[in-house]
Amino acid sequence: MSFSRRRVAAITVKELRDYRHNRFVIGTMAFLPLLFIILPIVQLLIAPAVAASPELTDRVGLSLLYMLVIPAVVPSTLAAYSVVGEREQGTLEPVLITPIRPEEFLVGKALAVAAPTITIAYAMFGIFLAAAKLFASPVVSSAVFAGSHVLVQLLFTPLLAGWSIWVGIAISARSSDIRAAQQLSILASLPPLAIIALMQFKVITPSTGLALALAVALLIVDTLGWRAVAAIFDRERLITGTRG
Amino acid sequence: MTGAPEKRSRSAASSLAPAPGDHALTVERLSKRFGDRAAFEDVSFEVGYGEVFGFLGPNGAGKTTTVRTLGTLIAPSSGTATVAGIQLTADNGPSIRARISIMPESPGLYLRLTVMENLQCFAGLYELDDVRGRIERALRSVNLLDRAGDPCGSLSKGLRQRVALARALLNDPAVLFLDEPTSGLDPVATREVHDLIGSLRECGVTIFLTTHRLEEAERLCDRVAILSTTLRLIGRPDELRQRLFRRSLDVRVRAPLEDLKVVLGALPEVEGWEQTASGYTLNVSDPDLAAPALARALVAAGADILSIAESRHSLEDVYLELLDEDVEAKRP
Repeated sequence: MSFSRRRVAAITVKELRDYRHNRFVIGTMAFLPLLFIILPIVQLLIAPAVAASPELTDRVGLSLLYMLVIPAVVPSTLAAYSVVGEREQGTLEPVLITPIRPEEFLVGKALAVAAPTITIAYAMFGIFLAAAKLFASPVVSSAVFAGSHVLVQLLFTPLLAGWSIWVGIAISARSSDIRAAQQLSILASLPPLAIIALMQFKVITPSTGLALALAVALLIVDTLGWRAVAAIFDRERLITGTRG
Repeated sequence: MTGAPEKRSRSAASSLAPAPGDHALTVERLSKRFGDRAAFEDVSFEVGYGEVFGFLGPNGAGKTTTVRTLGTLIAPSSGTATVAGIQLTADNGPSIRARISIMPESPGLYLRLTVMENLQCFAGLYELDDVRGRIERALRSVNLLDRAGDPCGSLSKGLRQRVALARALLNDPAVLFLDEPTSGLDPVATREVHDLIGSLRECGVTIFLTTHRLEEAERLCDRVAILSTTLRLIGRPDELRQRLFRRSLDVRVRAPLEDLKVVLGALPEVEGWEQTASGYTLNVSDPDLAAPALARALVAAGADILSIAESRHSLEDVYLELLDEDVEAKRP
């Protein structure tokens, strides 16, 4: 039996339906990004309208960094819940009894987390850009749209989300407790963000090459993540609690 | 429960048609160990197509682990098995799982999703054609068609069990494993599940039923096996009774006989006897021959006979006798 898109879709659709019926999940997904967007917008609105000042550059950098926190943090709790949560609910065994392969199960789960995460992150970034264009001073607005800022944000949003999702699912597949998995997952989502922060604040000298290298590294993790997590997905341990 | 499963047609997933004489399950010296602990050991049996096979044993006997092993959820430590015509190996896991269904002890439904949404998800996982038609047939089988739009969380425990059964029927399984299907159900819900299993049996579905409810096994199963880490006995309930217990007659008389030894000793079919509160229990070689002769002898001796009946040992008696033997064997 080969990799089945239909089985992947069955898992993804089921997950999305489950989110839709779960107000807590929707509330958390909506609330966190709103929290993260208020501060950057305020930063822009109170920024001094002095062209090309280091302070303005820092403020814009900090604001953009906040925007990248959204795709890094929003999916981590959902991803961390994905396997261990089903296990605790008793719904994992009926799914694993079907012909589904671990890879299909994991990709289905990852897509279900990625779809709302990336949609929300792009929507928040759109709101941020609109606020910069409409309400910030022209100097601040130009600084936001200057260079490759927008492109970098658009590129790193799905890459960071992918990292957080796969790390979260990996932790979930090996964890036996939902809370521990979620806390670990949030922590594990931060390292790429730290590197970007160091670049934003020029601790690491930002360059196109460095940004590209980081993007490529994240891309490799994101595209191979399902294989790596599938390798540690131990059906027997998940069912019996004992290593297979 | 009024709905009856429709005659089953082998699905695309179940396209390996069994040849005459084939077994739905063939298990040879199968064992599963978790470290030093044996969940089950050296288990061998065969289950024919269309058979309802009861797998009995106390809690912790290894019943669920056996089902999970045959369902390719966990790997055996040793031994071989063929499930629905496919050799039990890690590589064959998806193929085997496509041809069987397991209903675990806990229904494991997505409680926020509706019945229909739950079944749609599993129809997708089995890659079934005509999803709506299959779901309708499965729900009709468990008499739940009118509850398709209800969230599973709003259903009673018995109804959830029926949804889980509908889910297990979606792929027209060649072998249906039911793991304690009536665990925790009230008597009415239990009877509904029993009726449904009876309907499935009439439709020729091979059922592997694990239970510790002995009356359930006695009522539903063609053959039973009793597991207590190792397989202790296997056969039809009648055979097991005969194998473990001597045949006997229970005699009730109004007053005890004074010359019992003389009366019973003259009957060649009677091999021994003991007095009970209301009469006697007689060990006999053949109850059908012994009963008329006994009646004549008792009447001739002036006894007032209230009843003569063959002793009926239930499956529970068989089971308890076996487990008592286990306890005795383990005693230092």
